[in-house]
Amino acid sequence: MTALLDVAELSKRFPAGRPSGPIARLRRRFAGGPEKLPFVYAVDDVSFTIGKGETVGLVGESGCGKSTVVRVVTRLLDPTDGAIKLGTRELSHTRAKRFARDIDRKRIQMVFQDAGESINPRFTAFAAIADPLRRLRELSGAELRRKVEEAATRCGLPLELLTRFPHQLSGGQRARVGIARAVAVEPDLLVLDEPTAALDVSVQVVILQLLQRLKSELSMSYLFVSHDLSVVRLLCDRVLVMYLGKIVEAGPAKDVFDHPLHPYTQALVAAVPSINEHGLERLRLIGEPRSPIDPDPNVCRFYGRCPYGVDHCKTEMPVLRGFPAHRQAACHFAGTVGQ
Amino acid sequence: MTAAPALSVENLSVEFRTRSGVVKALERVSFTVGEGETLALVGESGSGKSVTAYAVMGIFDPAGRVTEGKAMLGGLDLLSASPDELAKVRGREIAMIFQNPRTALNPIRPVGRQIADVLLRHADVTRADAPAKAVELLRAVGITDPARRAKAYPFEMSGGMCQRVMIAIALAAKPSLLIADEPTTGLDVTTQAVIMDLIGGLAGEIGMATIFITHDLALAAQRAANIAVMHAGHIVELAPTRELFAHPRHPYTAELIAAMPDTAADLNELASIPGSLPDLRRADLPPCRYSERCPRKLVACERPLPAPATDNPHLVACWNPL
Repeated sequence: MTALLDVAELSKRFPAGRPSGPIARLRRRFAGGPEKLPFVYAVDDVSFTIGKGETVGLVGESGCGKSTVVRVVTRLLDPTDGAIKLGTRELSHTRAKRFARDIDRKRIQMVFQDAGESINPRFTAFAAIADPLRRLRELSGAELRRKVEEAATRCGLPLELLTRFPHQLSGGQRARVGIARAVAVEPDLLVLDEPTAALDVSVQVVILQLLQRLKSELSMSYLFVSHDLSVVRLLCDRVLVMYLGKIVEAGPAKDVFDHPLHPYTQALVAAVPSINEHGLERLRLIGEPRSPIDPDPNVCRFYGRCPYGVDHCKTEMPVLRGFPAHRQAACHFAGTVGQ
Repeated sequence: MTAAPALSVENLSVEFRTRSGVVKALERVSFTVGEGETLALVGESGSGKSVTAYAVMGIFDPAGRVTEGKAMLGGLDLLSASPDELAKVRGREIAMIFQNPRTALNPIRPVGRQIADVLLRHADVTRADAPAKAVELLRAVGITDPARRAKAYPFEMSGGMCQRVMIAIALAAKPSLLIADEPTTGLDVTTQAVIMDLIGGLAGEIGMATIFITHDLALAAQRAANIAVMHAGHIVELAPTRELFAHPRHPYTAELIAAMPDTAADLNELASIPGSLPDLRRADLPPCRYSERCPRKLVACERPLPAPATDNPHLVACWNPL
């Protein structure tokens, strides 16, 4: 499979707790010498690829850096380091502000978490879907109408609902508008941030099946962010598990969830409630994650919460290494614990 | 249901008056929860789960009105009790954990103080002892460094920690009934597991009855002894958990189970539920509010729903069950 998206050694750091305002600026200026400022390591040296037609899942707890990865990859944020290649085009050199008008903007589109919150409340469904077509494909008039209606029909949104405002639509209909808006410009890569989190199970099924169908109809690739592992298992070919800014495990979705290698993935899988309790013994994570501010580069990020941590784990950071069947895990003991 | 009922709700009906008509939010809802037992109320949004909880707590919007029914806690009918009687019971005998801990806590008061407030009001603790007791409760809900955390404000804590504080407040007076309304929605699965362990453990320790409201059928399966499935203001099925999943009898329950992503091996195996909830303002609501979506509908379904069986713990409100 040829890679559509190739992300290499991507990092994003945010300044943390830096005093702001004119006085602080002056103080910094006259304090002499460059001072060492604290940084939040939101995404730290992350590499992955997404193949043409592939669905890659991204899972992890809140605060692990999923959303930052998504915002950097969709070029809403600039990376601190690293490369983002879409096909043959290197995107990381174009600043996020300029990318909004870039020729390749339409190739990466996004479906946001809660369509009720992410659609302009003063836009009708028609206007919401038409907006990206106007801006990125420069359509207008009859051609625009035709494209909007085509996208709506494709996403199962009845045309008579196009004149409605978001608050006049049900949760499932709003989700369809959010998806129609993103696929209207026919992107190569669709990034989905918890697209079904706000929906009831019965509606969730319909939306997931719609996404599955659209992917093959429009030959798109998906980056699917979710905290719902059972949904990721069904929809995704491959999965990336993140913990505190790093990818700790990657591999085919079913294998990763059936036989997780990394202790964190094991705890994550064990925490998912299921009506048929499977064999994994109940593993519980105690305490809170380590601080993401200037983390020690030699200490495993999971150390302290990991039930198998030993002294070695705080002197050498485990790197992501290969395992049979296209799998990767970043743990000194991966494959030997918790199996 | 062997234990003595801590709470017994009978034929609870609730209406809301709105500008566009009267919403029949609950109709003849009945269930019991025994001491130390957990009952899960499961259903999709709009099914009446939270309204049931609010009715029992007596914390309605003024537009809401209980039109019928009883909710017996010990010897007291919560639905006909005076505001004074209710105020005595709430917080002391019944406690509630709300969905979003961050909005349920007072944002401008340290959490230790908020726990102390409840202790002073409901748990016969003296003003001098309250702060130390609050720290002890924080430790009991698994907060590390509780003495320091007691001085923190809700915004300084993670969602999981705020929910622990809510639990500490709810359990401060060792109530006999806990109502947990989606206590882990919005939390990570890892945190969810820990919080649910905590609620279950503490409930077991003090022999508390728990009503657990959730839209997550799998979570209910794991945590509750009995499950009541709600649809459009009715309890359509009520059964011991294992029994419910092994032999769902109401068509709606069966469809809900078939829509759960964790039972399927493939996305196309999942079944969606056609149609949507009926408009509860309609004057011509059919006796079975599921009948218009139901694939097993018979002419007989036009009749009023069958009376619940008295000899079987597996209750189903359907003329043509599976």
